[in-house]
Amino acid sequence: MLGVETMGFNILKHELVPYPKILSYKEIKKLLKDYDIQKEQIPKLLITDPFARAIGAKEGDVVKIIRKSITAGISVAYRLVVSSER
Amino acid sequence: MIMETNTPKKIAGMKFGILSPSRIRKMSATRIITPDTYNEDGFPITMGLMDPHLGVVEPGLRCKTCGQQVGKDGCNGHFGHIELAMPVIHVGFVKTIRDILRSTCRRCGNLLCEDSEKKDFLREYDEHIERDRSLTEFVKKVLGKSSNVKECPHCGRQKLVVELDKPTTFREAGHKLTPSEVREWLEKVSETLGNDLRLLEIDPKSAHPEWMVLTVLPIPPVCTRPSITLESGERSEDDLTHKLVDIIRINQRLQENRDAGAPQLIVEDLWELLQYHITTYFDNQTAGIPPARHRSGRALKTLAQRLKGKEGRFRSNLSGKRVNFSARTVISPDPNISINEVGIPIEIAKELTVPLRVTAHNIENAKELIQRGPNPVPPKGRIYISGVNYVKRKDGRRIRVTYNNAMDVAERLEIGSIVERQLDDGDIVLFNRQPSLHRMSMMAHRTKIMPYKTFRVSLSVCPPYNADFDGDEMNLHILQSEEAKVEAEILMKVQEHILSPRFGGAIIGGIHDHITGCFLLTIKKRKLSLGDTIQILSSINYTGDIKKGMTGKEIFSTILPKELNLRYRAQACMNCDTCLEEKCPYDSYVVIENGELKMGVTDGKSVGAFKGKIIETIAHDLGLEAASNFIDKVTKMGIAAISIVGFTTSIDDEDIPEEANMQIEESLSNAKKKIDQLVRAYNNGELETIPGRSLEETLEMEIMRVTGQARDATGEIASKHLGMDNSAVIMARSGARGSMLNLSQMAGCVGQQAVRGERIHRGYQHRTLPHFKKGDLGAAAKGFVSSNYKKGLKPSEYFFHSMGGREGLVDTAVRTSRSGYMQRRLINALENLKVENDGTVRTTGNVIIQFRYGEDGIDPTRSVRGDAVDIDKVIKEMI
Ligand SMILES: [Mg+2]
Ligand SMILES: [Zn+2]
Ligand SMILES: [Zn+2]
Ligand SMILES: [Zn+2]
Repeated sequence: MLGVETMGFNILKHELVPYPKILSYKEIKKLLKDYDIQKEQIPKLLITDPFARAIGAKEGDVVKIIRKSITAGISVAYRLVVSSER
Repeated sequence: MIMETNTPKKIAGMKFGILSPSRIRKMSATRIITPDTYNEDGFPITMGLMDPHLGVVEPGLRCKTCGQQVGKDGCNGHFGHIELAMPVIHVGFVKTIRDILRSTCRRCGNLLCEDSEKKDFLREYDEHIERDRSLTEFVKKVLGKSSNVKECPHCGRQKLVVELDKPTTFREAGHKLTPSEVREWLEKVSETLGNDLRLLEIDPKSAHPEWMVLTVLPIPPVCTRPSITLESGERSEDDLTHKLVDIIRINQRLQENRDAGAPQLIVEDLWELLQYHITTYFDNQTAGIPPARHRSGRALKTLAQRLKGKEGRFRSNLSGKRVNFSARTVISPDPNISINEVGIPIEIAKELTVPLRVTAHNIENAKELIQRGPNPVPPKGRIYISGVNYVKRKDGRRIRVTYNNAMDVAERLEIGSIVERQLDDGDIVLFNRQPSLHRMSMMAHRTKIMPYKTFRVSLSVCPPYNADFDGDEMNLHILQSEEAKVEAEILMKVQEHILSPRFGGAIIGGIHDHITGCFLLTIKKRKLSLGDTIQILSSINYTGDIKKGMTGKEIFSTILPKELNLRYRAQACMNCDTCLEEKCPYDSYVVIENGELKMGVTDGKSVGAFKGKIIETIAHDLGLEAASNFIDKVTKMGIAAISIVGFTTSIDDEDIPEEANMQIEESLSNAKKKIDQLVRAYNNGELETIPGRSLEETLEMEIMRVTGQARDATGEIASKHLGMDNSAVIMARSGARGSMLNLSQMAGCVGQQAVRGERIHRGYQHRTLPHFKKGDLGAAAKGFVSSNYKKGLKPSEYFFHSMGGREGLVDTAVRTSRSGYMQRRLINALENLKVENDGTVRTTGNVIIQFRYGEDGIDPTRSVRGDAVDIDKVIKEMI
């Protein structure tokens, strides 16, 4: 896991890159309960994605993404970090 | 029979492989040796193409392999096979064969790379599998590396260039490889590489490279290629059978010639012919060879053609099917019909039926219905009354009701039977116009049976269907179950779609003359005679009091709901620098208080489709029922009003006085002078460049600006002389049809023609047309049309105009086909998504796509132009 230091440019500072947060075990549990889902039902984020590398996400992590939205102002989404496309 | 449990199962995987020759022989019911099908007596020949071992088509006959008859649970037919005299390349695999030949050694069959590198590849491969990654890129890398080697690292054989001469000929360093040689090579490869074949994405358990060269050909069962008997008693064979006959015939000749030791040349010719026939048997549109044709000259439909494209199995039989209980005919307008209705020709109504389940409550009714028979005579004063076509009894038998047996069938009607009643007024049906691009392309209507042969449609539903009446046809579907009817009523009725999910505004509303009519009725303080007032109000079945000398605004107010309070600028608003609001000199500020039109003219912005404020507000605040009523009434009132005032437009609407023409000419010659100045400045190098632009670009931009201004200026002059007494102007200003730009192009000047957003440059050397001097950069030489449509264009102007027009046509053609395909892919990807009760958007597998629908969770149809609440309005109402 690389982390943002090893990249030439800090993509997290870019305006179009959303604000990330890696969820704790407890938070994941609450998320799964709130939506009544299994972990696999969360949308995926490839571990090779520059964004995932920048925040140093590990396989199995769930990332909370807060971003600007045209319709809602601020929108929250979650991504499950995976190592393959399937 | 034991019923199988119908629990849904998840498909874990799917595996594709290539049939091996031994596998083909093993699954074959019989070997086929003769190209003939039937003998003189009409019986299938054994070991011929119609051998009963391959299954039977006629019901009653028994299959010679399994002994069963055709049918759902019976025999589906069995494959046969033919032994090919010489091997033949399978067209479907030529690319794979080419890749293998390029990356392997012909002598030893090994991959053309060092053992160490191979080891690395294998490790990388396993890693990919472990991580479940796509192999496409990896295989490309392996192929790229190993086909760039000069000699084999294992046996030292020089690597020669392998080329594929499409469709099926391989050459090594220019020398032709026969399919036998290719097959030997591939055999060596699978022998040497074994399990390492996986580096080329081949699983040796399910496919060997040499199986891509055919030695045995499977013959599909008879039921895949049934022959049809014509009325004359003549048999007509399927295209596939024709093709197979060709294959077997050539195969036989090849065998005979080879066995008889015929010259090499003849054998090779026949071999190539066999290759051709087998190639076209798989795909008759293979590039590089002429398609095999029927005796009539029609190209044969072989295996690939059965599956491919719009008419193929997938798109025509699996993704879409033909349906019963549907009708299609030309549509035509009916200004008196409600938006929720559709007019149906009597002929169609008599053919289409609605199932009526007989219960204790309706049995008497049903009996009376059946007694009418299939062709009831309508009672006096009506043009149609529905009869009954069939009665479906409880035991499943369908009885056709005729004039003669109607009484009898009615008498013996039982509870639980189903009566197939003809369509009647008020049935709910689905109505659709292709292309079905959005959900409003298919809406539910109530039927209204009418004379003549077209579907009758309200003009207000033309925008959502994108329909006009230049010959458009539409489809009708009759709902067959109670659930479907209720669902359609609640979700699909036209009034449920007045507000568009695209922008939250009304998509159904007045068009063209409806808008002009309302405009003419409510403009300024138009007073109507008592007669006219009654005429207009009777068109909407008005029941209130009528006063003498009502103004148009008062008449219009009769259809406004009492709760309505609105203030907005009308379409006719001139967008003055500071809006005078109530004191607008053009009567373009609309004020509605408690359902009374106090001031302002009602036009496109009030009652039109896409922008009608009144419709939108009623739909939001008072419900869709009220909105649909309002649309029905306002359109009828508009038509009544325009009929009284009278309205027409013609070419003399674009007449302007001579002095105006002179002004226009002067303005144009000024523009020309300006352009000449610019060109001169450019030629003398005095033109100042715009930052970031070249000198040429600067000149072009400046000229485009001047030509644009010139056109606007002429438009302004022209429109000064075209007042509100002019029909064309009324239509443009009220938003009914046309624009002021259209008018200024007709009366003023057409303006600069552009191709690819630039002035016209292409044509002859250094000039666009031979009418101009070489190097002329002036206005006329580069596509400025200073004439107007009414006066007519000069020949050179006409040419430039056509260039611009052609670009427009090509653009729309390209755009529609491309956006259509994009739409198809999007719909296929998104069609199963659903908004769940918790607001998430999920797939059928319950995987979340969006955590909140549209990120804000708002249904755009229930929104105010996209926003959840109209805060301004709420505040206004509070005060
Ligand atoms: Mg049309
Ligand atoms: Zn059988
Ligand atoms: Zn070798
Ligand atoms: Zn104004």
